[in-house]
Amino acid sequence: MSEKLFLYPTWLRVWHALNAIFFLVLLITGISMQYSNPNWILVPFDLAVASHNVSGIIILISYLFYLFFFFTTSNRRHYNIVFKELGKRLAMQIRYYVFGVFKNEEAPYPTSWNMKFNPLQQITYVGVMFVLYPVLIITGIALLFPELIIDNFFGIGGTLLTALLHASTGFLVSMFLIIHLYFATMGATFFANFKSIITGYHEVH
Amino acid sequence: MAKIYKTSCFLIVLLTLCIYGNAQQNQQCLKCHGQVFYQYDNEWTGKVDKRPMNPFYHIDSVKMHISVHKEFSCTDCHRPDYETFPHSGELRMEEKYACIDCHGGDDNFAKYNFEGIEQAFMESVHFKANDDKFNCWMCHDPHGYQLALRGQESIKDVVSLSNQMCLDCHTNKFKFGLISDEMPKDIAETHNWLPNQPNHFENVRCIDCHTQVQSDLLVSHKILPKEEALKNCVKCHSANSVLMESLYSHRVKESREESGFINAAILNEGYMIGANRNLALNYVSVILFGMLLIGLLIHFILRLTIKNKK
Ligand code: HEC
Ligand code: HEC
Ligand code: HEC
Ligand code: HEC
Ligand code: HEC
Ligand code: HEC
Ligand code: HEC
Repeated sequence: MSEKLFLYPTWLRVWHALNAIFFLVLLITGISMQYSNPNWILVPFDLAVASHNVSGIIILISYLFYLFFFFTTSNRRHYNIVFKELGKRLAMQIRYYVFGVFKNEEAPYPTSWNMKFNPLQQITYVGVMFVLYPVLIITGIALLFPELIIDNFFGIGGTLLTALLHASTGFLVSMFLIIHLYFATMGATFFANFKSIITGYHEVH
Repeated sequence: MAKIYKTSCFLIVLLTLCIYGNAQQNQQCLKCHGQVFYQYDNEWTGKVDKRPMNPFYHIDSVKMHISVHKEFSCTDCHRPDYETFPHSGELRMEEKYACIDCHGGDDNFAKYNFEGIEQAFMESVHFKANDDKFNCWMCHDPHGYQLALRGQESIKDVVSLSNQMCLDCHTNKFKFGLISDEMPKDIAETHNWLPNQPNHFENVRCIDCHTQVQSDLLVSHKILPKEEALKNCVKCHSANSVLMESLYSHRVKESREESGFINAAILNEGYMIGANRNLALNYVSVILFGMLLIGLLIHFILRLTIKNKK
């Protein structure tokens, strides 16, 4: 029997579930609109627009919910980046993923109560949650109310720039999603991490 | 040389006089028809009477001044007998010119294809339901029509001028009532299925949905029955948007710059979901995504095979 840590409190799991479901809706409808074509329909356009808008608003609300608990609970500790020797630690982690895993080496920064992320995870999670998400949300709100956008930004349409930024950021977060899902299979067992985010308990190797 | 100079001077003076003369002449009518009130000497009482001008007979002289027929004097289209007031009662029976009377078979206007327009108009719902009661002037204000698609710089102005031609009647029960016994339906309500309907009506013309593109006309005039109107979003919101052949056709021909965007012609003014894509970004994203998937797949296979060995 392996040791268990209670790492994912209820609020976090609720947020994670909402975020996961509605991000998938946004991803599918977003691709469907961006590459809309009369002969090839993923989601009917009007349905895609409506559900993209609704899901976007739900994601915004759940993001605010997340921020509230982030600032009021100790969960925030996982996001404190220590910059000392950061490069070296990142390199260690990357070396582990590229070579170490195959040799059944010990993970250099195993999950613990004080730090659930390894350095690489920490950097990407901070990047996604506090850089990419705000950009997505702000550009999304702007596109929902296009009259808010400045018409002309140094000769380029403001809506165009906003839409480009929105789509590119959405693309980056979708890349993150794929990586996130793949790395989730590298827990104690193939499905262990998927179980954890439902039960809240992390199984240590 | 001197002769040419003299003649052209003479012509210029003549032209100026002519325009000035028209303006003078029009002023004679506009002193009443251009005002909210008009005055006349009442010969019976010897007083000056002041009356409100019927708003439907009011003519906006500023609009007239920028319209396609700005060079005209009123009496080019109306009988000169109108110069007297009170106008003779019979004058209201005067037959008005149709566009085709002046423009038909004239090479100067061949590019507009007036004959083709008339043909298309005769197949429109308006003409089919009302015959001659509905004519070109119903949409083309004889005292204010300006070219929209050919004449305006910005797409928003094209759209607003063109749509006003329809809305002037479809939102005005008095004008609508000249033709129909029914009340006009609320346009915002009948189009509430369009998300952000006001924004759509600023960026796209009524006729872009209510007519089909006709290759021989820049502006198709065959208004279709409402059942055949365009409701499929993707016809506009896609790489091969129908708008490229209608609202934007003029620009597409004018500018084919290689900006790396699909349908770049639209971009000067706005952005249309699904119709504007940046090709470079498209390739970059496909490549990045492919590389990521391949990388993860290799990692996964290695994980499986090496684990199995142990
Ligand atoms: C003194 C004021 C006055 C002057 C000047 C005047 N009008 Fe009128 N006009 C009216 C009024 C009032 C009416 C509406 C009542 C009527 O028909 O008499 C009218 C009506 C008309 C109508 C509509 C007739 C109908 O029933 O369809 C036309 C067309 C018209 N005028 C043209 C002209 C033209 C062209 C001129 C200049 C050559 C002109 N008017 C000068 C006052 C004037
Ligand atoms: C290009 C031809 C043309 C010119 C120029 C023109 N009109 Fe008209 N006018 C018409 C036609 C056609 C109608 C009838 C419109 C209709 O049937 O809806 C009309 C109608 C009118 C009416 C009746 C109100 C209405 O809108 O039905 C008035 C008043 C009038 N004109 C006055 C004038 C005056 C004043 C001028 C000069 C400033 C003028 N018109 C110049 C073609 C012209
Ligand atoms: C009485 C004759 C007459 C009638 C009726 C008439 N037009 Fe014209 N129209 C002209 C003339 C002449 C010109 C050229 C004016 C100029 O160059 O300044 C012109 C110019 C135009 C132009 C601009 C052409 C260009 O290349 O600059 C358009 C568009 C036009 N008319 C449309 C119409 C429409 C639509 C109707 C009917 C609703 C109509 N006209 C009725 C005589 C007429
Ligand atoms: C139901 C309304 C309506 C009717 C009726 C109508 N038109 Fe138009 N017409 C329009 C609109 C809208 C435009 C677009 C305005 C623009 O781009 O200049 C237009 C544009 C035009 C143009 C300019 C096209 C170009 O190539 O730039 C001409 C010429 C014209 N119409 C002639 C006619 C003639 C002739 C008739 C009658 C046989 C007629 N129209 C009847 C609505 C109408
Ligand atoms: C995006 C496409 C689109 C645009 C733009 C558009 N319409 Fe429509 N319109 C439609 C469709 C589709 C219908 C049929 C609606 C239905 O069946 O529910 C319709 C219906 C109508 C009807 C009939 C309503 C009824 O129920 O009797 C009128 C009148 C009308 N439109 C006028 C206009 C006018 C005027 C404009 C411009 C200001 C305009 N439309 C712009 C697509 C459009
Ligand atoms: C002078 C008034 C007038 C103008 C201008 C006008 N319409 Fe109409 N329209 C009507 C009337 C009246 C009806 C009701 C049917 C009928 O009697 O023609 C109608 C009906 C319609 C319908 C419904 C047809 C159906 O199947 O029931 C559509 C769509 C429409 N108009 C579109 C337009 C568009 C687009 C324009 C501008 C390019 C326009 N209309 C300009 C008066 C007008
Ligand atoms: C006739 C062409 C046309 C049709 C049909 C059409 N659209 Fe649009 N749509 C446009 C244009 C043009 C814009 C504005 C682009 C701009 O702002 O520059 C736009 C903008 C939008 C926007 C973003 C701007 C905003 O106001 O939020 C949405 C969302 C949208 N359309 C959804 C739809 C849906 C859903 C449908 C089908 C029910 C539809 N459109 C049908 C032409 C069309």
